[in-house]
Amino acid sequence: MSWLLPESFSTFGPDVDFLYYVILWVTGVIFVVTEVLLVYFVIRYRRREGQKATYIHGSTKAEIIWTTLPFIAVLVLAFMSRGSWNTMKNPASVPADALDYIVTAKQFEWNVTYSGADGVTGTADDISTLNAMHVPVDRAVNITLRSEDVLHSLFLPDMRVKQDAVPGMDITVWFQATAAGAYPIGCAELCGIAHTTMGGTLNVYEPADFEAWVASRSADADDADDAEDQEDQ
Amino acid sequence: MDAHAHAHHIPWIRRYIFSSDHKIIGAQFLFMSLFFLVVGGLLATMIRWQLGFPGQPMPGGMLLPDEMMAPTPNGAIMLPEFYNSLVTMHGTIMIFFAIMPLLVGVFGNLLIPLQIGADDMAFPRLNMASFWMAFPAGLLMLASFAVEGGAAGAGWTSYAPLSADGQYTGVYLGQQLWLISLTILGFASLAGAVNYVTTIINMRAPGMTWFRLPLATWALFITAILILLAIPILAGALIMLLFDQTIGTGFFLPASDGEPLLWQHLFWFFGHPEVYILILPAMGITSDVLANGSRKPVFGYHAMVLAIISIAFLSWIVWGHHMFQSGMNPTLGTTFMITTMVIAVPSAIKVFNWLGTIYKGNLHLHTPMLHALGFVSMFIIGGLSGVFMASTPVDIYIHDTYFIVAHIHYVLFGGSLFAIFAGITFWYPKMFGRLMNETWGKIHFALTIILYNLVFWPMHTLGIQGHIRRIYDPNQYEFLQPLQPVNTFISVCVFMLVAVQVIYAVNFIVSLKKGKKAGNNPWKANSLEWTVPSPPPHGNFEQVPIVYRGPYEYSAPEVEEDYWLQDTPPASGAGVPTPEPQPVGD
Repeated sequence: MSWLLPESFSTFGPDVDFLYYVILWVTGVIFVVTEVLLVYFVIRYRRREGQKATYIHGSTKAEIIWTTLPFIAVLVLAFMSRGSWNTMKNPASVPADALDYIVTAKQFEWNVTYSGADGVTGTADDISTLNAMHVPVDRAVNITLRSEDVLHSLFLPDMRVKQDAVPGMDITVWFQATAAGAYPIGCAELCGIAHTTMGGTLNVYEPADFEAWVASRSADADDADDAEDQEDQ
Repeated sequence: MDAHAHAHHIPWIRRYIFSSDHKIIGAQFLFMSLFFLVVGGLLATMIRWQLGFPGQPMPGGMLLPDEMMAPTPNGAIMLPEFYNSLVTMHGTIMIFFAIMPLLVGVFGNLLIPLQIGADDMAFPRLNMASFWMAFPAGLLMLASFAVEGGAAGAGWTSYAPLSADGQYTGVYLGQQLWLISLTILGFASLAGAVNYVTTIINMRAPGMTWFRLPLATWALFITAILILLAIPILAGALIMLLFDQTIGTGFFLPASDGEPLLWQHLFWFFGHPEVYILILPAMGITSDVLANGSRKPVFGYHAMVLAIISIAFLSWIVWGHHMFQSGMNPTLGTTFMITTMVIAVPSAIKVFNWLGTIYKGNLHLHTPMLHALGFVSMFIIGGLSGVFMASTPVDIYIHDTYFIVAHIHYVLFGGSLFAIFAGITFWYPKMFGRLMNETWGKIHFALTIILYNLVFWPMHTLGIQGHIRRIYDPNQYEFLQPLQPVNTFISVCVFMLVAVQVIYAVNFIVSLKKGKKAGNNPWKANSLEWTVPSPPPHGNFEQVPIVYRGPYEYSAPEVEEDYWLQDTPPASGAGVPTPEPQPVGD
């Protein structure tokens, strides 16, 4: 039971985690101070026979102080959050050299299409995989997220990525992984009876390994060694 | 005397069943919503069985039909479609049929006429109609468990297209009943709200100026305005979704050029004011009880009123924070982040003023006071955890995880429900003429607040580890498997938390007959409801009360005792205009 975030493995990680810890500290201090005061007052001012409470109606000075300080604090937090939100969600922030992918969600599977060597989706060298996404490390990945039926939500916890897939919309999602490995893909939006099973794997490869994976899938799709990969036909 | 004599002529069925007396209607709402609170709690225990012991036979599960539980030789195992219905119905019943009627139906009806010095509501029959729409709506909602396909399973938010076409969930009739039930309940809320607003504006006793109103009534007034503005939007959205389900429209279906995000915008444009509908009355109740228990005026009364009004205003421009990850334009995300951050300020003001209220008081830690203090301490946590979600980049990670489940329960259980316990215990003697048992009340409070925190505090940490919400079996995800012991721990604590509520139920029932006689004013409080007998007679006041001061004149130096009723004439009468006493009109 820890309040520490699990390690992150994308370029978004440091920003998100920093903001999280700033908020954890700010709210943590307010939490401790207010709760301690509450308990202290309850003990200090508990009922004593024959004693009257102090007759106070309030204090304008106090009201001004405790209106202004929280106001400044939350505006600072909002200002700090603004930049990385824009970096993470604004389609204009996607690096120009990003590799193009299409992720199409439907009950209850993730269909991933990699644009292949020509960098263009919808061509013969596209590579389709089911419930598995293969990307190189240290290279931006640009996903067009779609849904065929209901809402789903693409959740890559280790990349600090989450985005709903909405039928009828093409939504841009991007990230850049910083370490090779296998990471979970989850569906974070209730999507029906088997919502709980709608998981997958994000495989992040070293550049050479990624090339090898692309080559193996391009040479002979049936020869794919990854048991989870299937042709999406 | 006239009022008493009048009351005796009312036949039993008009007095207790189809009553137009605001106090009886308040009691009817009380019994109805406590029943639904129990139902909602039992649904929660079933949810927690599945999460704590996934795939294991549920005790008593054999009693449920095969559409809900899969029978095996060892017992019955919950089906995922039933799990989705449980999650949906737990949220729906708790929000719409337990917390909302408890706060608005019970306290609105009981307190408003009594606290402003009126003989009843402005429209007593509309008030009766309100209850008799709300109650059947609740039964209809429960009945949906029994129809083919089971109860609605698209979440209490019923996001389209999942909710708009039965082919996606296998639930057709259940979803339609959900929509019809909530539409009827919406009309019930509107009938109640228009009554509250009219009554408070027009029927205040002489001398009851706006800034002499108790904060409970202030909060209920602002809440009623929110209801009047928000519910029509919900009703419109519900009817559009019902049309999508039944007569082939496509408002929310992309296949018919509809727009799934439109549902979310409509739902949350209602839904965020709704969140404050569920907390503002709780804040008002807490203020009344804290001042009484502290024997001190509420700190910063005017600031408290202004904070309520600012929250109500801001609640209309924050709905987009539910939709940061929905595909809404990211620039709008930034806008909604700023408004959401700002709405934290009036909530903070209220917390500081509550601390100011108990500061230098003479604290009587009676059961309602303990619950009110519980409200403040838990609302602090619920308010602070909201800041994490308000920050858009952090929300990307914790959105739709158990962090939000923890947050909503710190606000609605730790917040609203503790205030409801405070309010029921505080005004129980006014409703029923007898006090609840203090010792058992305190035992119930202590066990509840400890177990409550053991349940919901760890949910924050589950969310921080990436635990997705609304999933039937977390162990499907390898990275969530190490968290199973936490889930099991939470579930065991939930079972105990639900069990200790029996103490409250028994205390409530036994005290109806055996409780200590209350008299007019057992808590030595100031507001007008404490000047009349418990329970008050039909028509409430023998003659229209005259109000000389605010409701929180505790420990005033002018009087020897530490309370000063609002209608006690000042010793000298200097400086206060004294209107002529008027007989109660019929």
